[in-house]
Amino acid sequence: MIVEQESILVKTLCRLLVPFIQLFGLYVIMHGHSSPGGGFQGGVILGSSFILLTIASGIDEVKRRFSLVALTNLTSAGVILYAGIGVVCLLLGANYLDYGILPVVTPRSVGMLGIEVAVGITVMAAIVSIFHDLITFE
Amino acid sequence: MKYLYLGMTGVTGLLLIFGSLDMPAIGDPNSPASRHVSSRYIERGFAETDVPNMVTAILADYRSFDTLGETTVIFTAAVAVLLILRTGRKRG
Repeated sequence: MIVEQESILVKTLCRLLVPFIQLFGLYVIMHGHSSPGGGFQGGVILGSSFILLTIASGIDEVKRRFSLVALTNLTSAGVILYAGIGVVCLLLGANYLDYGILPVVTPRSVGMLGIEVAVGITVMAAIVSIFHDLITFE
Repeated sequence: MKYLYLGMTGVTGLLLIFGSLDMPAIGDPNSPASRHVSSRYIERGFAETDVPNMVTAILADYRSFDTLGETTVIFTAAVAVLLILRTGRKRG
């Protein structure tokens, strides 16, 4: 079980670090189609920022900001968003997950960005959810 | 019994090593894996997808149904851990 950290140095440093880690995670997801990275890697970075916050501030602090139910819902929401993009392509008259039909500029690039975001949401929520389940289990 | 297991493991290992002797050299352009669809990905990937990162173009466009399966695997892992460990009892 992870209890609240006593040291003010650890708490303050982790609070300072977490926004930068999350910003980097978002960068890795959004630049997945033009540089190394993508949904899986960015999702893990985003999830690790919440795990760091849990280790530093204790689970109750994190649960107040980000409930377990919301995490479970986000895990499913990512998969639904991914499959939904495929269904949108179907409804517009193309094959499943064939982004070429989307009505935007460079549709394939935008479709890939959409599924990278979906993968990122699922990976982030799954990792944090598994971590919380493991450390709260008695 | 211990020696039987040791012998079986050794024989299996030798068979695997024997099988790997026929594998094409690493990076061989004439190997079967490099002659099928790889050249199309490399030559026409950018023109077809507008994405400069070839890995993402394959992962998220040509093979995106596979990636949907991978995402479902991660989702299933989270749900399995949830079902086993989240028993509803309070910690403490």
